[in-house]
Parts: sequence; C-alpha cells; structure tokens
Amino acid sequence: MSAFVRKHGWTLGLALLLLALTVVTRLIQPTFGVNGFESLARAALPFAFATAGMAVVVIVGGIDLSVASMMAVTGVLAAVLMERMAGVPALVIVLAAGLVMGLINGALIVLTRVPDIVVTLAMLFVWEGTALLILETPGGATADWLEASIRGFFPVEGIPKALLIIGGAIGVVWLPIRRSKLGLSIYATGSDERAAFRSGVAVGRTKIAAYGLCGLFCAMGGLSLAALTGIGEPVPGPYLLASVAAVVLGGVVLGGGKGGLLGPLIAVFILRIIRTILTLMAIDPNVTTIVEGTIMVAVVMLGTWATTRGARR
Amino acid sequence: MSTQSTDPPHVRLGLFLRDNPMIPLLIFLFLLIAALEVMRPGIVIPIRAGRDGLISTFWVGNLVKFAIPLAMLAACQVLTMLTAGIDLSVGVVATVAAFVCATLSSIWGATPAVLIALSTGVVVGLVNGFGVGIVRVHPLIMTLGTGLVATGCLQVYQRMVINAGTEIPGGLEWLGIGRTFGMPNGLFLFIPFAIFILWLMRYTGFGRILFALGSNERAASLSGVRAWHVYLALYVLSGVIAALAGLLYLGMIRQTSLSLANPLLLPSVAAAVIGGTSIFGGRGSYAGAIIGALILRVLDTMLTLMQMPEGARTALFGLIILAVTALYVRITGTR
Repeated sequence: MSAFVRKHGWTLGLALLLLALTVVTRLIQPTFGVNGFESLARAALPFAFATAGMAVVVIVGGIDLSVASMMAVTGVLAAVLMERMAGVPALVIVLAAGLVMGLINGALIVLTRVPDIVVTLAMLFVWEGTALLILETPGGATADWLEASIRGFFPVEGIPKALLIIGGAIGVVWLPIRRSKLGLSIYATGSDERAAFRSGVAVGRTKIAAYGLCGLFCAMGGLSLAALTGIGEPVPGPYLLASVAAVVLGGVVLGGGKGGLLGPLIAVFILRIIRTILTLMAIDPNVTTIVEGTIMVAVVMLGTWATTRGARR
Repeated sequence: MSTQSTDPPHVRLGLFLRDNPMIPLLIFLFLLIAALEVMRPGIVIPIRAGRDGLISTFWVGNLVKFAIPLAMLAACQVLTMLTAGIDLSVGVVATVAAFVCATLSSIWGATPAVLIALSTGVVVGLVNGFGVGIVRVHPLIMTLGTGLVATGCLQVYQRMVINAGTEIPGGLEWLGIGRTFGMPNGLFLFIPFAIFILWLMRYTGFGRILFALGSNERAASLSGVRAWHVYLALYVLSGVIAALAGLLYLGMIRQTSLSLANPLLLPSVAAAVIGGTSIFGGRGSYAGAIIGALILRVLDTMLTLMQMPEGARTALFGLIILAVTALYVRITGTR
C-alpha cells in the first residue's frame, strides 16, 4: 500500500485537489450537481485529448507545439466531410488524417535532425494554413449523432458520456501500447535517448510512433471540438498552452521518461473546474482568461523550477 | 588549415555560407525581384511597360515601407535567438502598444500615450525576462504564455475604453504614410534603429555576452556572466522594440484592432531564420534579417499576384522556416 502511495503520490494528490475544488464549487453554488459535472466534462473533452497527445510526446522526450493546429485541421475536416458523406467513414478518415499528420511531424523531426520544438513550431503554421485551406471561414456541419454522443449520461445518471469517451479512448489506444514493447521503448527513449539506442531500441521509429499517437489524440480532440460547436472552426484554439500546463501539472517531467496519462487528465479537470469556479463567482469572462493564463504560466514556471532543482541535486 | 582540407566540399561551402550569409541572400533577393518582373512586366522597371523611369521608386518605396515593421520585429527574434531563445509575444505586444496609444492619445494627448504604449512593452518584457532568466522556463512557452495573458488584458482594457474613441498621433501618421523623395518616412526611424542594433550586436559588451550565452551558457556563466541580468535586459529590450514596431505599424495602417500586428509574428521569425540567425543560439546577423524581411515582402507580393489563398501563404511560411533550418543543420553539420 505504501509503495503504491509513493509511486502514485503526485496523482493521488491531484485527485484530492480535484475533490477539494469540487467541494469548493458546491459551497459557492449549492445547485452544482451531476448536470454541472456533465457540462464540465463536455467542455473538458478537447482539452483532455490535446493533453493526452502532448503527454505522450513529452514522455518520449519531445514537445509538440502543433497540437492546437492539428485539432483545427481535423475539426474542419470532420465538419466538411460529415456534410457530404456518411458519418462513420468520415470519422475513420478524420482519425487517419490525425495519425498521418502526427507521423509527418515525427518523421520530419527524425529525418531533418532539427529539434522537436523548431519542427513543430514550423508545422504549427503549416497545419494552421492547411485548416484555412480546407475551410476559410467557420462552417460545415457535423452529424447529429456526434453531438448527441457527448451529451448526457450513460449508462446511469451521474456518469457523463464525455467522461466515458475520454476513459474509453485512452483505455483503447494508450493502455495496450503502454503494456507493449512500444510503450517500454517510449519511456526508455524519453529517459535517456543514447542509452535506449545502445540497448537496441529503434529510437527514431519510437519517436515517430509517439508523434503519430499524439496526432491521433489530436484528431479525437478535433472531433470533440466539432461535436461541441456543431461546425468547423479553422482558427486554432488556446489548446497549446493549456495542454503544456496540464501535462506539467499532471506530473509529466518536461524532458521525458517520467509520468503517465492519468495525472495530466486529472490536471485538465482541475484547470477546468478553476474556470468554473471563477465563472460561478461572476467574474468577467475576459478577466477569467487573464487569471487562467496566469495560472497556466505559473504552473509551467513551478514545474520548470522543480525540474531544474531536481536536476541539480 | 588541416581541418579545412579534410572537410568535404559541401561542408566547406556550408561554413563559407555560414560566415557570409549576406552573399546568397542578396542573390536570392535579386532573383526573386527578377522573377517578379517577369511575372508582371513593368512592376519594377516601368520603362519596359512604356512608362517613365528605370526603377519604379513607388514600388521600391512600398516594398521598403512594408518591410520596416517586419524588420523591426525580426530584430526581437534575432536578439533573443542569439541566446537560443525566441520571443513569441512580439505580435501581441505590438498590437497592445498600438491599441493603447490610439485610445489614450484622444484622452491625454500624443506624448503620454506613446510613452505608456512603450511601457507596456517594458512590462511584458520584464515578465518574460523573469520567467526565462530566473525561473528558467523555455522561452517559447514563456513568451507564448505572456502573449496569451496580454491578449486577455487587452480585451478587458478594450471594454474599459470602448467610448473613448481612437486617434492616431500625427507624428506616427507622418512616419507611417509620409514619403520623402519617394522613400517612406519610416526610414527616419528605422535607419537609426538598425544602426543601433548592429552596433549593439557588434561593438558592445552586451552584444558579445548574447553571443557567448547562446554558444555555451555554462562557459559564459563560469566566466562571470550573470545570465539572469542579461535575460532580463534582453527581453525588456525585445518588448520595447516590439512596442515601437507596433506604434509605427499603427501609423501605417491607421486603424486599431485587437489583432493588428499578430499576423506579423510568424514572418518575423521567418525573416530572422532566413537571414542566417540560428534558432539554436550563438549565430546571427541583423543585416541578414533585414534582407530576410525584404525577401518575405517580395515573396508576399508574388503570392498575392498568383492569387494564393491566405492558408497556403501561412503554410508556405512554415515550410520555409523548416526547410531553411533543416538546410543549415544539414550543410554545416551543427545544430
């Protein structure tokens, strides 16, 4: 038991923080119940997927600045395709597009030997431009069932569908990979690339796979974005900084090799519930943006400070 | 000598280009202008289209005019990139400065408005410098974050001054749209500015420390450089330059918006990278960045003539940055 607590201490602490914040929310707004929780989970969907994708590449030792742009591309792609063709093939095409975009990012990083941060900065603009090429102004339409699939509860009142979708997607995509050889390679590459290479890990292929996974999660994020709004929006949202902040808060070390996906996902909900609290306190939404941005910058600062202190010791 | 003779030719060429980035850049610029002239005869050399004049001063003036704010923002990128950093808040800072100046000058007059606008750059720069220099956050993430917060502040500010109306100071308008001998008046600001930056990078201790920090931060610190002082000063300088560029841009565009100068952010990074500044620190030239800004403006004209949509232009700029960086890594074998 104590070993479990020590190993997952950070995640447990985050869960307790989330619980405390939920209680605070209840105190401020006594009517905040399952319905409030449902809308919270729904609003958190795109953030959760962006964070999951970012977490995978940070674990492998990189960073992907193009997450928000990839979500914009997949979002508009979903809206455009669903207007013209059946939903399920469109869904498959969108997911495949996300995977391919992620693979392109990874392949460029490995082939050009330019650092991740530069390549994905350049690709941020390439994908942003691609989104604008697909759809110049917000438009298109999503299938009705897509919107219905994230709204409401399933199978019982109290468990939001959105939460199930996050859990299901992570469970189906990430858990088998983490248990497999690829998962081991991802963690090995992240903690020490040279050591991993000398132990026979195909470092390049592992990186490309990790970026591909990130792209896949971004496609899910783009889909949930399209489902939330009902249209495609070609201008990327504020998901880059939010996902970095959630990843750092979630206990994944910038630099790689440590942490999982559960911590960052809890962190997403913490950041979202802070926003809910600010809204419930009737604070001007623009001020909320400032407070949120400040919290994110502060979180990243604290995380970096802790990392450099740890490295010095 | 011995290392030179053993290097393969392409590495030697790479080293030569790295040391003299201006030569290929100028060739490239003139090639682009020639291509533009072929695409639309008479645009650069009116005599070919049967009009007066060998070189169109109107066209050159326009090119220079729109390259100036870009080249100023590129100075922010060159200076921060020397220390292996980047400043992604410049677009927002320029926008904020322009907006603040335009709204305040109708209340308090031009001079206080300009000063307050410049001080917004100082504030953002201080926060950036604190995050990068003292807490050691990656500059990219730090400046992105401050940019986001500054945008939020701008939105709140906009709601406060919504009734005040806007006014563009006459001096800025003169700088922005006025012309002397066919050349834009912005040069009266830009030429001293460029000389200052070139002097700062080449002949001052501060400039040398920037190069030293970017080449090897540990060695620089061991030699007695207090890195956080330098970072703080550097990012404040970058913020002020960005605010100045925003003011000039305001005089040029003569209207305010909440995203006035934001589209200049990526081209400013691209101009610095094209101009031979390494995004990994320790190598850079401002003269190259100025040529880079001119190249981007000519490219922009070409893409507009080809009626390329906005999205394709954005994507192309991203690809240019990636290609140039990859090329540098490939031919010089260094990062």
